[in-house]
Amino acid sequence: MTQKFRLENGGLINRNKKLSFKFNGKTYYGYEGDTLASALIANGVHLVGRSFKYHRPRGFFGAGVDEPYAIVQLYRNNETEPNIKATEQELFEGLEAKSVNCWPSVNFDIGAINNFLKIFLPAGFYYKTFMWPKSFWYRVYEPFIRKAAGLGVASTKHDKERYEHKYEYCDLLIAGSGPSGLASAYAAAKNGARVILAEDKPRFGGSLLTSDVNIGNQSGEDWANSIISELKEMPNVVVKNRSQVFGYYDHNMLVMLEKVSDHLPKTKKHHPKQRLWYVRAKQVLISSGSIERPLVFGNNDTPGVMLSSAAKEYLKVYGVLVGKNPLVFTNNDSGYETAIEFKKNGINPIILDSRVNPQSEIIDEAINLGIKIKFSYVVVAAQGYKKVRSADIAKISDNKKQLGTVENISCDCICVSGFWTPTIHLASQSGNKTKFKEEIDAFVPGTSKQNETTLGAANGIFTLEETLKSSFTAGQELSTKITNNDNKISFPNVVEKKSSQHDKFWCVPLPKGKSYKRFLDFQNDVAVSDIEIALKEGYRSIEHVKRYTTLGMATDQGKTSNLNGLQLVSDIENKVVPAVGHTTFRPPYTPISIGAIVGREVGKHSKPNRKSPMHSWHEKNNAVFVDAGVWLRPRYYKHGNENLFEASKREAKNVRTNVGVCDVTTLGKIDIKGPDAAELLNRVYTNAWLKLPVGKARYGVMLREDGIVMDDGTTTRISENHYHMTTTTAQAANVLSHLEYYLQVVWPELNVNVVSTTEQWAGAAIAGPKSRKLLEKLFPNNDVSNEGLPFMGYTESELFGVKARIFRISFSGELAYEINVESDNGQFMWEKIIELGQEFQVQPYGTEALSTLRIEMGHVAGSELDGRTISYDTSLEGLISKKKDFIGKRSLNREAFTSGDRQKIVGVVPLDKKTSIPEGSHLVKDAKAPLPNKKLGHISASCWSVEHDNPFSLAILKDGKNMIGEKLFVMSPLKNKVIPVEIVSSHYVDPKGERVRS
Amino acid sequence: MLHIKCPYCGMRSQNEFSYGGDASVKRPELNKEISDEEWDNFVYNRKSLRGKHLELWQHLSGCRQWIKVERDTATHEIFNTYKADEEIS
Repeated sequence: MTQKFRLENGGLINRNKKLSFKFNGKTYYGYEGDTLASALIANGVHLVGRSFKYHRPRGFFGAGVDEPYAIVQLYRNNETEPNIKATEQELFEGLEAKSVNCWPSVNFDIGAINNFLKIFLPAGFYYKTFMWPKSFWYRVYEPFIRKAAGLGVASTKHDKERYEHKYEYCDLLIAGSGPSGLASAYAAAKNGARVILAEDKPRFGGSLLTSDVNIGNQSGEDWANSIISELKEMPNVVVKNRSQVFGYYDHNMLVMLEKVSDHLPKTKKHHPKQRLWYVRAKQVLISSGSIERPLVFGNNDTPGVMLSSAAKEYLKVYGVLVGKNPLVFTNNDSGYETAIEFKKNGINPIILDSRVNPQSEIIDEAINLGIKIKFSYVVVAAQGYKKVRSADIAKISDNKKQLGTVENISCDCICVSGFWTPTIHLASQSGNKTKFKEEIDAFVPGTSKQNETTLGAANGIFTLEETLKSSFTAGQELSTKITNNDNKISFPNVVEKKSSQHDKFWCVPLPKGKSYKRFLDFQNDVAVSDIEIALKEGYRSIEHVKRYTTLGMATDQGKTSNLNGLQLVSDIENKVVPAVGHTTFRPPYTPISIGAIVGREVGKHSKPNRKSPMHSWHEKNNAVFVDAGVWLRPRYYKHGNENLFEASKREAKNVRTNVGVCDVTTLGKIDIKGPDAAELLNRVYTNAWLKLPVGKARYGVMLREDGIVMDDGTTTRISENHYHMTTTTAQAANVLSHLEYYLQVVWPELNVNVVSTTEQWAGAAIAGPKSRKLLEKLFPNNDVSNEGLPFMGYTESELFGVKARIFRISFSGELAYEINVESDNGQFMWEKIIELGQEFQVQPYGTEALSTLRIEMGHVAGSELDGRTISYDTSLEGLISKKKDFIGKRSLNREAFTSGDRQKIVGVVPLDKKTSIPEGSHLVKDAKAPLPNKKLGHISASCWSVEHDNPFSLAILKDGKNMIGEKLFVMSPLKNKVIPVEIVSSHYVDPKGERVRS
Repeated sequence: MLHIKCPYCGMRSQNEFSYGGDASVKRPELNKEISDEEWDNFVYNRKSLRGKHLELWQHLSGCRQWIKVERDTATHEIFNTYKADEEIS
């Protein structure tokens, strides 16, 4: 395949490096430095997709980020990605891409029948049609629409690529490396400011790469290159290409996507695919340039109709002709520049200029070059289905209302220019209320909201000299304020051609008897007629018109369509554009991959994974782990082919009969010191703390100010002014913040310090009737008898030379101890317990057995302390002191908390003693009652009681206090189960609590 | 993302902080007889101000100090920050 539309010379591509690529299965060749779009056009391929609604053929419209049509599915290194703009995707060896939104192929697309049914697909079609009958929506309409819609397919495979996040600070962030970006960056850099200059394209220079200008003694392109090389050498400057600043957030935080590897066949080792930069800038310079506006005429979406600036870019940057028989349709001088470039390369364009008799240097140059120009002429309609074959043209009256005789001339492309729209997205995102500039028929940034300054074309300045002058000045003045340096830069001499005024004309009237579709939004297929219908139907607000017609709502976010849409609405409404206003610009400016947003926080990096010091022992001993907050905890230790149920039953049973050991390192631990520590505890917990002796632990419950239980745990008095608090694993961080809040904000007079020591101590719980015997072995020099170390006692000792804390506390309801050693000694402690426990049949137990033990004991945990229960509900009201005030106490008087039939924790046993009860099930009086069946309570936790060898659950039940002995039903619509149950006490094992005290 | 000046650590990004609500709320003194209304106002009732708002933040992933931030709830402009016990004129 030859590149028939590639020029012999010219362009910024590397002709020494030929690259092969595939599009829709066919192999083509291009050059290094091409985009997929330029390479396809070089090969004469103009049909690349089908439109969203009517499935009309789609070609290329632009040459960059504004492209509404050429969206492809990309295949790269065994991965696939949708929504890739061919105009942005750089060519690499072996690139593969396919068209989207067409079936079975882009050439023969079944959905194109919509094009002939378009009379039935007007504005708001989906809203109007798919409403009735209601049940059809999810059965018929939605699946159909889903199949028909969509611009590509997301991969369902795991994305193996790496995406990074980077945080950066700078004095000036400059978005865009056109003339204004370069000038301001250069001036600021010379003043010693820390500058980041970001360019979304691979090449720096912006419009300088395609315009015929001179700066100093250099061409625009050479000047850009020399500035960039100098900036790259400066230590205070970061210059980034392929980097799009896409979002402007609060406090001058901008987010930028750097496409590090998308242009390569494969991401290099240790490189990310993309990098997301969070940049906090002192000043932001927006030099994002402008996007050419389309002119609206019949069939203006036909492949081959494109922006004249894009045609010029394909010529000058890629050495590619978008056509060999071009027609240029313009309302300003920009179209002439494109025509002149064609002419210079031996192509004879025809210019249609809607203006009556414009005069300028550029027009004179075109005339002198012998280019055929027709003034007061317009394109009425493009002809040709998959590619422009000819154009219907006509003279237009001075008032732009009447068309003359329509004639047909042959052409293979139509390059349109409807003047320029400043890219004001970033300024608008910063909160800048934009203003309408009559001279250019477009919005420009108004008063700065944050520290942002908009320069050059983005600010509606379209002459190079003025752009450079204001940008040098802005860069210099802003940087001087920051660095206090004041290096004056001599302003270079600029040579550019003067332009004449553009024509305010933008939409060609329909000729009599014709109903051509005239498109405004090229990606979402919104035509002039759709807006007209929406307005006829009473939509007035531009925000409503947008949503009803989907104007500007496609992935290109209306970069080429917004302003023409506003023009149309204001024309019909007889208003001026600023009175209509524009829709809100929101980040991101251009689609951003989910991978980049997520960054490295995927898979095992999605959250921190804390491991206890005994983790490797657990691993070696077949522990199956479970996430507990940020921790990984052994759920059970698998013996042979045991499943979770069998293993946890064995482990729990062994605690009840022998002795078990559980890793409790994850419990939150807070070290509390200070003369007022007891007073703090007394205010935080519901029970009394002032008289707790040294060497004793106490169980406490803390409330929120609204009376709801916040957390529970034991706190031990280590010495006179030193306490050790434990919290649940889940609430550890919240409890610390809670204490800090009261100490710093509410009661700063209390002299107390709190600090988290969760990771400083490794903890092992030893539980079971033989635990004391094991403890005697571990601490042979200590008196650990019931008198020497009574229930809730505390002592410090040495475990074979290692400092240890021993607490006699129990979560399982058995005689139990908790040993803490410094984290580094955790493994040593654990191995000693296992080694010396052999003769007592010690077994490690995981969280599943731990739950079983606490559930059948009726100990509450997170599933009961669920942010909705008070002390009474969880049978902790005995711990409420009547003599003192504490956090949340005043709330306990609330009517709802004191009513007689208040919910309470109970035990639940299935009548058949066999059927397990699903957690979260509801309790009802009558299983057969009509819906909605009144819910009396819910199952908070379930286990298989090892003590009784039958299922047992805890429930929070209305009037639970008086329900013991009642027969109710458990209903689980999720599991489709109805289980008859009996309500029993929540203390299913050792209700008098004798074992823990034995 | 907001940029908050911690009175102890200097300018830091919002993701180091956690929000703590209206800083003008004063907890009733312990052991004091107060009306239901007074308690309700303390626990539940907050003004949803548009404009200048004095609020608490905690520098959670930093010095762990609770601080006061004077912020515009509509524009997010931060006018000033204070230590928790600092008197505000």
